Amino acid sequence: MSEQRITLALAVVGVIVLALLPQFADRYYIQLFTRIMVMAIFAMSLGLLVSGAGLVSFGHAAFFGLGAYTLALIGAKEAASVWIALPLAIACTAVAALAIGALAVRTSGIYFIMLTLAFAQMFFFLFNDWKALGGSDGLYVAARPTVEIFGERLLNLNNRPTLFYVVLGALVLVYLLIGVLMRAPFGKVVDGIRVNEHRMRALGYNTYRYKLVAFVIAGAIAGLAGFLYATQNTYVNPALMGWRESGLVLMMVILGGMRSRLGPVVGAFALVLIEDVFQGITERWLLLVGLFVIAVVLLLPNGLAGLLARLQPKKAVADG
Amino acid sequence: MDPLFLLIQVLNGVQYGLLLFLIASGLTLVFGILNVINLAHGSFYMIGAYLAYALTLKTGNLWLSIALGLPVAVLIGLAVERLMIRPLYSRDHLYQVLLTYGLILVFNELQSVIFGNDVHGVPVPAMLQYSIPLTENLSYPVYRLAVSAICLVMVAVMYFVIQKTRLGMSIRAGSVNREMVQSLGINIKLLYAIVFAIGAGLAALAGMIAAPLSSVYPGLGEHVLIVCFVIVVIGGIGSIRGAFIAALLIGLADTFGKVLVPDFASVATYALMAAVLLWRPQGLFGRA
Repeated sequence: MSEQRITLALAVVGVIVLALLPQFADRYYIQLFTRIMVMAIFAMSLGLLVSGAGLVSFGHAAFFGLGAYTLALIGAKEAASVWIALPLAIACTAVAALAIGALAVRTSGIYFIMLTLAFAQMFFFLFNDWKALGGSDGLYVAARPTVEIFGERLLNLNNRPTLFYVVLGALVLVYLLIGVLMRAPFGKVVDGIRVNEHRMRALGYNTYRYKLVAFVIAGAIAGLAGFLYATQNTYVNPALMGWRESGLVLMMVILGGMRSRLGPVVGAFALVLIEDVFQGITERWLLLVGLFVIAVVLLLPNGLAGLLARLQPKKAVADG
Repeated sequence: MDPLFLLIQVLNGVQYGLLLFLIASGLTLVFGILNVINLAHGSFYMIGAYLAYALTLKTGNLWLSIALGLPVAVLIGLAVERLMIRPLYSRDHLYQVLLTYGLILVFNELQSVIFGNDVHGVPVPAMLQYSIPLTENLSYPVYRLAVSAICLVMVAVMYFVIQKTRLGMSIRAGSVNREMVQSLGINIKLLYAIVFAIGAGLAALAGMIAAPLSSVYPGLGEHVLIVCFVIVVIGGIGSIRGAFIAALLIGLADTFGKVLVPDFASVATYALMAAVLLWRPQGLFGRA
């Protein structure tokens, strides 16, 4: 089997297992896996930038946080309609990504990493210091958004399994969207920019514009993830935009390995589950997470997916 | 604005800027020469502050504590370079970011295990416990002036080492063309280790002398780290001169930001960065 087929098979099996999960898992696990899937969407959006365009953003949490805050600000008094809140959240993050990206995408390498970090910190401090935006205490979402058509309630997001399936649907949609995007001419150009930007420019492509579009799309998807996060937790705080969150999601992308489109999803599942296990072992779980991160970087150069590839017979890897 | 009040703010801003320069200079050296992003640089600042706290508790003397603690911090720096950073020189920046991110988590948890999560104070050395009276109710603490003086001495030492010594020559050459330095027979591994240790030592020293000014608390390295990133970006990566000017700019912007727009002082720093980068994307003294 080629690597693509294996990925497809894994994805299909994964979705089926997840779809069955609410039938036998208890409340805790439904919530845990909803959270994991939200993080997986977030990680996929960063994966589009990192393994797609080769842009390592260390400030991606800014868009996640902005999406979450949009819902919190609209739904502070009463439940917002999802038809208004969701497009607004995505539009806000896309505009923010356009503004930051227009500056950041001009640079590359270390400069890009640090610029994105610095801009994300700017957002963090804005929301942290401004009382009208909740300040360091954060904001509560009054009620989860309503999903209605002509006044008829379509879905009740307060129902945990319903929310679980909505997030699962979003996960599959985003996965397919990124797949279509990367197979389209746009994806090929972005791929080329990652491998050799000079050559793409010599071929006549306006690489700046392609990178900026990739940055905006990644930002908008992160905004969607943030929106879903706020819907699930009904609480947002500035830490969502902080650099720790950006580091965490970057860790997911790398942990999953960057050769496969499924990598960020695998990374999100692995990291959140590992955190959950560590939290059960000790109060000092962050120490274990830190050591784990260091061990992965030093011992697994290609992430967990690389580990799988190493276990496969040599020929299968050569086919991929 | 009252001129005396203005003077005090300028002194504070310069003092803060000089302190930031001590930290940022190490960061920019490690970027420029080792080509490594070290997120854990702020941890050395924290290690310095906690060493100052623990050792003054034992010895009762800040200067003695600095003399004892600085070698410890440098040794930790050497160990980190040898065990964790060295395997990453040839790898993508991405992995450097991740590994040092993991290091921050480890250092923070170790700090919380060893010292707990309380806020601690470090007493100002007795010989500097004075304030210079400016008016009836305005005065300026001598210790702040001493901090500025120590920083200026370190700036002079660094300038001398980098411009006038053989080591400095290797460092400057290494930041321009690594392969050439290596092929000229300079031990690049040793040079890298020395640069990393110097950076760690400078950050720790900054943490030590700043400890009596601000209390010692968990996570104090992180705020400083992000500000130093901004300084390195504004100054231009790898440029010590750029870091110096950017540090003073940020020090003054932060101090005056707190006075003029207290609610958005933290944003002032980042707005300054955005403005500089709009004008010069590679930073003030960066090579394009």
